Amino acid sequence: MLRYVRKLDEVSSLDSIKYLVYASSIIFFVALIFLPPITGILIYAEQISVVLYEHDLLARANRAIMQSFIMASIVAILDLIAALPLAWFIVRSKTRIVHFIDTLVDIPFLMPTAALGYSSLLFWNPLISPGFTLVLLLHFAFSYPVIVRVMVGELLNYKEVYEVAARTLGAQPLTAVRTITLPLLKPGIIASFLLAFARSLSETGATVMVAGSWENGPVFLFNVMDMVGLPDYMKNGILVYVSSMLIIASTAIFFLITLLAPKFKLPIRHVIPNIERKLSSTKTVRIRDSSTLIVFFLTVIAPSIFIVWPMVYVILDRTLVEAFSGMDPWGSFWRSMLISYAISSLSTLINIIFGLPAAIIIARHKLGGISPIFKAIVNIPIIVPSIALGTSLRLFWEKVLLHEFWILLFSHTTITYTYFVASMAAAIESIPIEIEDVASTLGAKPFSIFRRITLPLTKYSFFSGAVLVFTRALGETGAAKAVAKSKEFWTLPVLLVSWIRDESRTYSQKALGIGLYIISSFMILLALRLITRRKK
Amino acid sequence: MPSIRLVNVTKRYGKITAIKNLNLTINDGEYVCVLGPTGSGKTTLLKLIAGIVKPDAGEIYIDDKLVNDVPSHERNVAYVPQHYALFPHLKVIDNVAFGPLSKGLDEKEAYKISMQILEMMRLAWRADSFPNELSGGMQQRLALARGLASGAKILLLDEPLGALDARLRVELRYRLREISRENGLTTIHVTHDQEEAMIVADRIIVLRDGEIRQEGPPLHVYNRPKSIFVAHFVGGANFFEGFIAESDEYGSWVQLRNGLILRVNDTRPAGERVVVMVREERTEIIKGVRRREETNLLPGRIEGISFLGDFITYSVMLDNGDMVNSKMPTTTGMGKFNVGERVYIRLRPENLLVYTYPPQGLYKELEVI
Repeated sequence: MLRYVRKLDEVSSLDSIKYLVYASSIIFFVALIFLPPITGILIYAEQISVVLYEHDLLARANRAIMQSFIMASIVAILDLIAALPLAWFIVRSKTRIVHFIDTLVDIPFLMPTAALGYSSLLFWNPLISPGFTLVLLLHFAFSYPVIVRVMVGELLNYKEVYEVAARTLGAQPLTAVRTITLPLLKPGIIASFLLAFARSLSETGATVMVAGSWENGPVFLFNVMDMVGLPDYMKNGILVYVSSMLIIASTAIFFLITLLAPKFKLPIRHVIPNIERKLSSTKTVRIRDSSTLIVFFLTVIAPSIFIVWPMVYVILDRTLVEAFSGMDPWGSFWRSMLISYAISSLSTLINIIFGLPAAIIIARHKLGGISPIFKAIVNIPIIVPSIALGTSLRLFWEKVLLHEFWILLFSHTTITYTYFVASMAAAIESIPIEIEDVASTLGAKPFSIFRRITLPLTKYSFFSGAVLVFTRALGETGAAKAVAKSKEFWTLPVLLVSWIRDESRTYSQKALGIGLYIISSFMILLALRLITRRKK
Repeated sequence: MPSIRLVNVTKRYGKITAIKNLNLTINDGEYVCVLGPTGSGKTTLLKLIAGIVKPDAGEIYIDDKLVNDVPSHERNVAYVPQHYALFPHLKVIDNVAFGPLSKGLDEKEAYKISMQILEMMRLAWRADSFPNELSGGMQQRLALARGLASGAKILLLDEPLGALDARLRVELRYRLREISRENGLTTIHVTHDQEEAMIVADRIIVLRDGEIRQEGPPLHVYNRPKSIFVAHFVGGANFFEGFIAESDEYGSWVQLRNGLILRVNDTRPAGERVVVMVREERTEIIKGVRRREETNLLPGRIEGISFLGDFITYSVMLDNGDMVNSKMPTTTGMGKFNVGERVYIRLRPENLLVYTYPPQGLYKELEVI
């Protein structure tokens, strides 16, 4: 083993090898991530014309597209308002419950969204029936942890000395936060807003469960795929139309926000001492913290963990025994679970192999002036709705006559590509290049530097990036639905969504199916966490 | 025998030329200080020698071997960047052993050498600590230890004392010199602190805008600066603007503003616009004119007093409006003059250096950023 590592160290100093690694990573990106969705849409572009005369269908499609962006905007704004105070509470509060709260925040994040959707449906029903409000509550719940996590990170990195300086200059606590801290945290706020926006825009599986007759882009695509009686050419036409609209509009909005948001100035010149003094009082702060926690528990945690309740029934009746006997419909359940884990593991592996050189290319500007463009393009898979991306990918890969399993694998790889690359690129960027330079002058060859310096220093991001890819692939519903034509290749989320919508499935079967999905996901995550810890 | 030679080396970063057609030879065992303001190309020079950046033109030789295409890991130089770049995830001993292990030494041997070097650096007792647990001085010694353990005979130090407090800087600069000598190293030490350079260097190289402005032994550079910039950068100096009024075979008379006249030992054509320089410690202050016929006496008034510990500086406003500083040991200068007192500045012709007035103006020439 050591001999092979030394051999790799040796060849890594050859320029030809270096270029080969970087070139293969870029070719992988272009051939598997960037070009297929664009080509897929272009191949079928002319079929859009068929749909243009179907006025009702077209109007429904346009309404759905519009609803997508309205929902994502409302969710991102509400989440920002509600989650920022919780991030603040976690970082600044000295109470003991902070650690408990901090752990709870991750629950909706770690739960597969399809399971979260079902849990929300059970929790809010019959108080709120499926439709716009329930979708809003669901999206609010699963985007909430994203904002908390990003903002906690930002607040921990933020040097409090600026705020302290403002306070010593006579600013009320609220004034100092408003005029100093928030403007300095603006990049983080924009990033978290965009993430929440993209997450709401992209989610399919859970949304379908709680949408009822309401439709946004992904739900519409989902419904069209299941529509009986619509000829294939028409189906393809409307799918291409909605997918391309969603891809173009989301990419444009994302770049527009990225460009324009930093120019947006917070009102910092005007100070109202009396009002801000009152708002900084202990009483107001207590009211703020309490209401933040109430919102958090009531709209995020309770709907997420409500799924535990029906699990009790499942143990009491015979469903559990049936499930493990493999009787119908459990045979297909276990098969789907196997496919889900196989697809997730393989796409994680592929993304690690080809994503690492791409992360180095971005972090170390290996492409010179093109590096920032490459960095921006790499973000596209997380911006666009995955069901739209999945649709375009299926159209492309079907044309090249790829087997369904490979289409499934490649589309999951495409959708999760950004998570690993972005996480590793940021981690590598944070290591001063001098450290690598010094290692080189001390005689270490490029691969040896990567193995002994860069990788150990970015270990945490490496594993968290890989875990993120894995969980994201495991929870993906939209793309999986778009790609899998035969039930044979249904992944677990697709199967579970169909169960929830299927009247013939019993309440216990639905609950157990979701329950087993959650338990297996948690077990895998726990195992990954343990491995990560041991490797530290 | 590690010697370094740069022939017509140029390095550009986009539109900025960091190093311009530079020629330089550094001999085996020499301790060279590269002195220059921010952005003068000091760090780029080190990176070129270390192989971290490649020159756009010219050749770099180490031990007379062309190394332009030799990667940094094969150059056998120890590069110590400004903040040391210690590997934060490796213990002290593992940091030191990194070089020997990278060069293929077996583990036992590598750690044996590393321990010996840590003992030499008086750091063996912290072998199991992590770099962030060490003090600033210890981190600096660790960075040196790591470089030495790699077997390098060329030491490239980028502002090695920059991150330390004033007292430690003074202590460690002597230690740096010793370590270099004891280990037979060829050292290039980059700094912007002229005092540090004067003390440790065998030779000083003054860099500005990517070009060598002057090189030579510290005393020579200090006493005989080739340009106004070098004179200003390597020590405190007073400058007088004027023009040559008259010349003879022994020297010239320089007409300053408002009728003041200076005698200098430099023959130049009459009418030439010049700048006269004198070091602050060679600018004398006297209370009255002892001999009426004495030349180079400029009348003025004490404007301010700065106490610098070992030294004291008097600022004198001359009657022609120029401000000059006079630096003297505290032991002899303390309490000698009071603010507002009428005095004379005495400048001996042998201490005055004359330069042609810079085309871009004196102020621009003196800029160090």
